[in-house]
Amino acid sequence: MTQMSYVRTNMLPEQKPPVTQAGPIRWLRENMFSNIPNTILSLLAIWFIYSLLGAVLPWIFHSSWNAGSLRECRQSIQAAYGPDASGACWAVIRERYNQLLFGFYPSHLYWRPILAFALMLVAIAPILFAEVPRKVLWFSGLYPFIAFWLFWGGTVFLPISILLGFVIAYVVAITLPRFVGSLGAVILAILLPIIWWATLAGPAVNLMNRTLAGVLTPSYIAKMEREKSRNEAIISSKNSDPAQVDAAKGLIKQADRRISDAENIGALEAKLGKLKAAAKEKLASLPASVKAYRSLAAVPDTVSPADRAKLAAALLAVTNYNKAKTKLRHVYAEVGRIGFQPVESSKFGGFMLSVVIGVTGIALSLPLGILLALGRQSPLIIVKTLSVGFIEFIRGVPLITLLFVASTLLNYFLPPGTTFDIILRVMIMVTLFSSAYMAEVIRGGLAALPRGQYEAADALGLDYWKAMRLIIMPQALKISIPSIVGIFIGLFKDTTLVSIIGLMDPLGLSNAIRADSNWNGIVWELYGFIAFMFFVFCFSMSRYSAYLERKLQTGH
Amino acid sequence: MKKSVFLGALTVAGLAASWATAGTLDDVKAKGFLQCGVSTGLVGFAAPDANGNWAGFDVSVCRAVAAAVLGDPQAVKFTPTTGKTRFTALASGEVDMLARNTTWTFTRDVDLKFTFDGVNYYDGQGFMVPKSLGVSSAKELDGATVCIQTGTTTELNLADFFRSNNMKYEPVPIETNAEAQQQFLSGACDVYTTDRSGLAATRAAFEKPGDYVILPETISKEPLGPLTRQGDDQWSDIVRWTLNALISAEELGITSANIDEMAKAKTKNPEINRILGTAGDLGGMLGLDKKWAYRAIKAGGNYGELFEKYIGEKTAIGLARGLNAQWKKGGLIYSPPFR
Repeated sequence: MTQMSYVRTNMLPEQKPPVTQAGPIRWLRENMFSNIPNTILSLLAIWFIYSLLGAVLPWIFHSSWNAGSLRECRQSIQAAYGPDASGACWAVIRERYNQLLFGFYPSHLYWRPILAFALMLVAIAPILFAEVPRKVLWFSGLYPFIAFWLFWGGTVFLPISILLGFVIAYVVAITLPRFVGSLGAVILAILLPIIWWATLAGPAVNLMNRTLAGVLTPSYIAKMEREKSRNEAIISSKNSDPAQVDAAKGLIKQADRRISDAENIGALEAKLGKLKAAAKEKLASLPASVKAYRSLAAVPDTVSPADRAKLAAALLAVTNYNKAKTKLRHVYAEVGRIGFQPVESSKFGGFMLSVVIGVTGIALSLPLGILLALGRQSPLIIVKTLSVGFIEFIRGVPLITLLFVASTLLNYFLPPGTTFDIILRVMIMVTLFSSAYMAEVIRGGLAALPRGQYEAADALGLDYWKAMRLIIMPQALKISIPSIVGIFIGLFKDTTLVSIIGLMDPLGLSNAIRADSNWNGIVWELYGFIAFMFFVFCFSMSRYSAYLERKLQTGH
Repeated sequence: MKKSVFLGALTVAGLAASWATAGTLDDVKAKGFLQCGVSTGLVGFAAPDANGNWAGFDVSVCRAVAAAVLGDPQAVKFTPTTGKTRFTALASGEVDMLARNTTWTFTRDVDLKFTFDGVNYYDGQGFMVPKSLGVSSAKELDGATVCIQTGTTTELNLADFFRSNNMKYEPVPIETNAEAQQQFLSGACDVYTTDRSGLAATRAAFEKPGDYVILPETISKEPLGPLTRQGDDQWSDIVRWTLNALISAEELGITSANIDEMAKAKTKNPEINRILGTAGDLGGMLGLDKKWAYRAIKAGGNYGELFEKYIGEKTAIGLARGLNAQWKKGGLIYSPPFR
């Protein structure tokens, strides 16, 4: 017999799986139609999605991008898609997207916020990605000051003087512990910068401006003359529309005023000296009955009208002196400015405002929240009480209340006539609000750490700050990441609340845009665009949080 | 810790020192611009255009005052205020004046310590219904569902009106005008009620304005005008008489087109001469120069021109003069004499 083999030596070619067991059909069978209830639910869901898209998609795409008003939009849509068609009027976004993104920020300066955002990405890169060289962290530290300068403009010495305070704190914290002990160094590291900012920084900036004003006056006047001739060209040009001409006229007047200010710095200084002498003399010669008072309202009724009048005259002299001093400061700051054209906070708006408030709140609330969380766990009774009091008070109050405090109540607390930038007030309130929540989230992370971690740190002989920095915080923060990012996203969306106090965030602007009689009646297009932008921001934040959690995963 | 101190520094930096204890006029002159509180956006009355320049009927009052005081209608900075923040903004000195469709009422004038400097628009609450409802008078609205903005005087007026006419209604509370528009168009309410100027503006924005009617009844008085802080009479006088100058200019036929002609030399009408500063010195009495009213009128035109430009019948809003016609034409717009 020849050799027989019942063993197959070559493989059969692979058979295709049955149609019902492969590809999309299998997926559908398994995931959507596995049994009767699932089938019903799937069919319902498909019908729902179909009818939703059927209503929304034609609206989105039967749209008009080129129109000057809602009426024109409707006409062009009906002309293109039939008399009963209704579609989105995206022309409003086309006309106003600059405003929705930047508010009233001067359009020739858009590059400044754009650059600030680009630099922000660079600054947060080393925090986000471990692969980035650690040296970039230096830039991250400097970034807040650069951003402040880019957004608001003005003299470069203001951010530098603020930065100098931190340098002082750093130097003190590094060098002094040897001489005054670590607690003394911490206290000094807080006190000295505050003293610098409160007393010396302002005059120092003024001095720099003044010195530079002395040097720069001729070139400043030449610059203003150039601006004048540029605007005169706009006025005489036939292509300019009336609004441009009006704006140019205003700019010429402003330039004239500035030139005369710059030319008269000497006269202003002399006048200031005279006013100072007059105010001093009047204050010195006040009768004894009113000498102690600095406000007419506080003077008791028993004082004679003549003495009252003298006090009034003296107070007026002081006011005049202060005004002249402020005026001169402004002139110095303008003429001796090394830096960008200043932009007021009232020009901030749209997503720029949301991002500025949101990012400031996020960046400041994390360190503040860490400190508060540590303070709440501290054995030092004063620190602990203060932290608990602060956290509980802030958490007990809605954000909108704090915003109203910022916009209305603070004005009553401050001296009359003091204008304290509203955006700054809002930033402070938003930061305080979210830092209280942040503190509680981080406290949760701290509580979740096993006691052994603290004891291990003690056993290694680390002092408190080192133990926190090297052992406790990295673990506690990792645990808290989802909640921290949740707070960040919530904070960013909460910035829309500022529209209630009259700030022009995207929602506030949507109202202002509707108030234009061309766009009155437009609703969904604006809200849709704003929602889309918010989704982009918030979704990237939550993706980042997921990435961070995967990267820091140590539980395998 | 460092970050918390940084906040403190920003606070110090943000304190722009200006000790304003003297009159508002001096302050405004020293600043070189007028800080004017306006609404955050109201069709025809105040709205920023695509370049961020504010325009509108209320805004024009600010510009006229700035022209009168500073000689430049562009020297105004606008602070958008909401219904909730407007009074504190004025009382705390954040703005120099408020031109924000604010109703002149007893409590606002007396209790909140403001001075109303005249009326630039007489409004009143009205009703809008779909034509298909077949209603021709507000008295037939028994049992209707009504879209109403909460927390405003319109809410109280509505309750008063229905109670006094022995009728019932079902309120649909809404927060903003945009929301009201959507609710009303989708049929969530039969009636939308707010100031008549607002109704007209809303109706003009509908896809088919002809399908809706504004009922003839006006159920409240809403005199809207600029206001200033009480106790600074010189400044209040300036705002009041700037508005009066615009009104008198219409009455006397001074327009932005012929004002240069009239201001060149004395005209036959002595009141025109006094307003334009070619006779007497009314400006000096206000603490301004002789040409103050000339500049105020020149800035945007007289009252009638401003009305036509921003809210009149040729605009999208299409308001008739009605109560806001000159007194000689049967309206309430009336300026005390310039003498």
